[in-house]
Parts: sequence; structure tokens; C-alpha cells
Amino acid sequence: MDARMRRGLGIAAVLAVACIFGYAAWVGLAVAPPDREMGDVQRIMYAHVPMVQMMLLAGTILFVCSVLYLFRASWKTDALAEASAELALVFGAIGTTLGAIWGRPTWGVYWAWDPRLTTVAILLVALAGYLALRRFVDDPERRAVWAAVTAIIIAVDVPIIYFSVKWWKSLHQVQSNPSTVDPQMVHALRWNITAFFLLFIVFLVVRYRIALAARMREVTVPDAPPRAREAVAS
Amino acid sequence: MELPPALQLHDVSKRYGARWALVRLSLTVKRGTALLLTGHNGSGKTTLLRVLATAVRPSSGQVQVLGLDASRETEKVRAQVGLLSHANFVYEDLSGLENLEVLARLLGLPVSSAQTALERVSLSARDDRPIRTYSAGMRRRLALARLFLKQPPVALLDEPFVELDPSGVSELETRIRELHAAGTTLVLATHHIEQGTQLCTDRLHLEQGRSIAA
Amino acid sequence: MRLPGLLASTWVLFRKDLLVEWRSRSRINALVFFSLATLLLFSFALGPDTALLRRNAGGYLWLALLLSSVLALGESFRVERENATLEGLRLIPVDSRAIFLSKGLANAVLLIGLGVLLVPVLVALLDVRVVLPWPRLLGLIVLGCLAISAPGTLYGAIASHARARDVLLPLLLFPVLIPALVAAAKGTALVLEGDPMEQFHSWVALLASFDILYWGLGVVLFPRVVEE
Repeated sequence: MDARMRRGLGIAAVLAVACIFGYAAWVGLAVAPPDREMGDVQRIMYAHVPMVQMMLLAGTILFVCSVLYLFRASWKTDALAEASAELALVFGAIGTTLGAIWGRPTWGVYWAWDPRLTTVAILLVALAGYLALRRFVDDPERRAVWAAVTAIIIAVDVPIIYFSVKWWKSLHQVQSNPSTVDPQMVHALRWNITAFFLLFIVFLVVRYRIALAARMREVTVPDAPPRAREAVAS
Repeated sequence: MELPPALQLHDVSKRYGARWALVRLSLTVKRGTALLLTGHNGSGKTTLLRVLATAVRPSSGQVQVLGLDASRETEKVRAQVGLLSHANFVYEDLSGLENLEVLARLLGLPVSSAQTALERVSLSARDDRPIRTYSAGMRRRLALARLFLKQPPVALLDEPFVELDPSGVSELETRIRELHAAGTTLVLATHHIEQGTQLCTDRLHLEQGRSIAA
Repeated sequence: MRLPGLLASTWVLFRKDLLVEWRSRSRINALVFFSLATLLLFSFALGPDTALLRRNAGGYLWLALLLSSVLALGESFRVERENATLEGLRLIPVDSRAIFLSKGLANAVLLIGLGVLLVPVLVALLDVRVVLPWPRLLGLIVLGCLAISAPGTLYGAIASHARARDVLLPLLLFPVLIPALVAAAKGTALVLEGDPMEQFHSWVALLASFDILYWGLGVVLFPRVVEE
């Protein structure tokens, strides 16, 4: 596939995703009925839920790539890890912020120390640490190994964090999620999850390509050393 | 059957980021040889020694020490090689004897051998001052003591004459001759060409990571 | 020569680490005073309400230990960077896992010592009393410091070779340690205030699981971290 065709396909894909996204937004904001108890505020869920789901997906990709890298070093795996870590942080941060905006009128507070929320918050800080590590190590090979190790340590910790916070809060009640029973709401949610998933894929592909290109620039020739010079005439 | 050579490099390259420090280097060093390694700063001498010592892994190519594959039998290779480098691998807060005793224990040797090694390089075992107070000459002697303690068949020396006064230089020359006479294979990287040519039998010149016929 | 096994090497290196720490006692003294200072800071920052201070004493103890651990861990690896001694050890050869175990244990011992030292200060400053039996508090301190030390040694090795290492180490370490911090602080609070609902054992179990998991992970991952 030559470059121009690839470019064309890329633009077409982005346009398609934009259309789906637009449709999903319209469904969520205009078509779906307002919630019986919360009113229009509930509509944030159509963005908040998919975003957090994408964060978890990105986190899983990060973990898998990190483990893979330790078994078989590959710049592609490393680049994918870097891309998914950034996306996890971005989607997670925006998703959490949307949740906080929803929380204010609903619970009365921006933040509650509920296990899921707290775990996500800690995860976001950990991801920031991961990205800081990547920035502060100059040697590409060592950066890749240390980043992979760090990601594994973080990933293994996530369930422990969740349980420890759950026990920590065990005397307090966990608030329930709004249940989307109305079929139109389910429809809206499904469309938005799809839209955000496609958006995520687009971002991931683009960011992966950027990361891989950066890696290649760092190592000039990927695997082969420069060709042997002609023997100097004696 | 003939014994495998002490050192063998086959098409070895080493990259640091975007810079190639060694480029397609092939080399055979027979047992008992003393090889002089020369080249400007940045030509790859230190990298070559570090690859031979298995301190770093080459980006491509094979390294064999005494017939052992450096990438697959790294621990065994390390037991056969001694590296004397810019960093002296000692703890500044401990004394010479204490540092050597740790090394002796980690080599599975009796603790008394630490004292013997120290005395062989004319350092006092009763000196319990920390390494921090040592002069450059004393540090170099301590590094040699580490080498004498380990007694590896292959010794790699990276710029050992640096910062030594004339008496220190001649003393070091004597010690290196001792090592060579005992059958140790030597690779000596140095700018001190005079000492180098006197001590060594062969020579390898590096330029920008490639070997140049001398 | 016969090279010693994993446990023997660990023991030799552990003694070496303790000896090096002992030789630089002035740094340890500074560390002790730093942790005392943090306790004072917490007391001043949160006001003279003695009931409040007493209730949160467990938390303060572990915060002080956590902050001090960053300094201790940083120092532990700065010592190794001075003359590339970590590399020197690997080239002897020494099993990297022995390096992890010995350094981790040595760091833990230092932190445990610090913790034990802080308890009487806590009792005096914040007017707390150790309600549950003493061995429980000691056990908690041991488990908690082991929990700090395992990922701390792993990250300490990484951070010591990176730029901005003084900021990178706590940034990497603190999120990971939150479950251990919660468990240790909660457990300490129960020791100091009483445990009517028998919750102490759950927190100890959480802490112990954390320790087993991260020491295991450390033994597996540390060799990858230090190899070049």
C-alpha cells in the first residue's frame, strides 16, 4: 500500500469516526430522554463511562506490552506501551473530571473516597510517574526495560489498591451507579461506547506511529550496523 | 584438541543511542598474548573492553571468552575475566582490606587471601583508613590487588597508567609483567605508547569503532 | 575457586551494606533527625488539638517513615554509583538477585530501626499509649518497612540512573505503596487505640501479602533492571 493511498484511507477513517462520534453525541445529548431523578446531568455518563472504559483498555494494553517486551524486546512493543500509557492518562483524567462534575449536583461533592474512584486516582498518579520515567531516561534500551518493569509493578498493584481502599472504607456505604434501564438510554450508551472506542483506536494508532518514529530516530539504523568500509588502500 | 583462543569477537557492533561505538569488529586473541589497544578518545577502546568483560552486551555479533559464549554463559565468563577500569569498583567508606575481604568472600576464597593480595601490591593490611583518603597511586594498587585476588586467566586493563607518578608507572609495569609471565592473557588500553609497546606482544588500533591495520 | 550460592552471597552483601551504613553514621543521624522533624511538622501543621493528634498518630508514624525512606533509598544507591560498585559486583560475578535481597534487607533494617526509634517519640509527643501487646507493633513495623523496601530498592536502582532522580523516586514509589501505607497506618492505629472488632489480623494479612508479592516480583525483575 503506497503512502498516498494510506494517507487517503487514514483521512477517510478519521472522517468516519468523526461522523460516528457526532451521531453518538447527538443521540446522547438530544435523542435520549433525561433521567427521571437526575435530569440532564445524567447525560455526562455517556461520556464518562466510555472514557473510563477506554482508560482501562489502554492500561491493559500497557501491561500486556510491558510483559511482552521483557520476553522479547521490540521497538514496536515499546512504542505501543508508550502510546497506551499516555492515552490511559488522558482518558482517565478527563473521565475522572467528568465524573467529578457529575458528582457535584448528584452526591453534593466533587470527590468521594469510594474504592473505584480512589483506585483510578492512584492509577493516574502512577501513570504520570511512568511517563516521567520515560522522559528522564535517555538510553532507549534501558528506558524500555525500566518502563516495562515499572508498568508491571503498577499493574500488579491495582487490585491490591482496590481491595485495601475497599477495606479502608468498609464502614461506609458504596454509592450505586445509575442504572440505565430505559432502552433509549442503553442505545445512547452503546453508541457512545462505540464512538469513544473508535476514537481511542484512532488516537492509539497515531500516537503509536509517532512513538515508533521517535524510537527509530533515536537509533538511526534499526538493527543493522553501518556497512563495513572499504579497506584503506595500503 | 587445540584449546580455544582466549578472546574471540565475531562481527561485533555496539550502539549507544544513535552513535555506533564499535562497528563490525572481529578479533582473535590467543592465550598468553599481551595485546596493546590504542586509539583516540572516543575510538571505542573502553567499549571494547567492557564488551569483553560482559559489562555490556553487544548490539550484534558474538563474543567468546576461552571458548565460552558470553551471551549464554555470562556468569562463567565473568569468573574468568578481570577488568581494571576508570571506576574502581570499591566502596569509599570502607578500608582496602574490608573491600578485598568482601571480594574474597564473594569469590569463595578464604578471607586471609585478601591480606595476601594487599601485601603483594605493597599496601598495608593494617591500614584501616577509608578508600576516600587514598591517592590515585594507592587506588590503582588496590585495583591491581583485586585482580591478583581473583587471578583470572584474562585481564583487561583500561588506561591503568593514568594519574600515576613515574615510580607508580614503573611499579605498575612490573606488576603487569608479573601477570603476563604467569600466563594471563592481557588486553591493555593505553595512551602511554612507550610502556604499552614494551609490555605487549601484539597491537590493535581502533578508529571510530573500527579496527585499523597498524 | 567455588563461587558461593545465592544465600551466602546475599549474606556477605548484606553485611557489607550494614557496614557501609555504619561507616557513614552521620548520614543516619541526619536521617533520624529528619524523621523527628517531620513528626514535629505534622503536629504543628494540624494544630494543638491533642485528641486529633492522638487519633492520627499511626498515620504520622508511617508518613514520617515513608518520607525518610526516600532519603535512605536514594543514599543507598548513591553509594553504589560513586565507583560503579554495582557493576563491579555483577562482574565478579554475583547473582543480581543477591544484590536485590541484600540491599532490600539492609534498607529494611535501617527503616525498622528508624521506626522503633520513633515509637517512644510518638508516645511522648502525641500522648498515645500502646494498648495492644508490644510485639504486634514491632511486627507491624517490620512488615511495613519490608513493604517499603522491596519496591523501594527496585525503583531506587532505576531512579539512580535517571535524570531528576530525587523527584523520580518518590513519584514512582508513593502510588505503589498506598495499600501498604493504609494497612500499616490502620494497624498502628488499632495498636494504639484498641481493636474491638478484631480487624488487626486483616491488615496484617494485607501487609504480608503485599510483602510476599513485591519481594517475589523484585527478585524476578531486579536482574532485568541492572543488566546492560
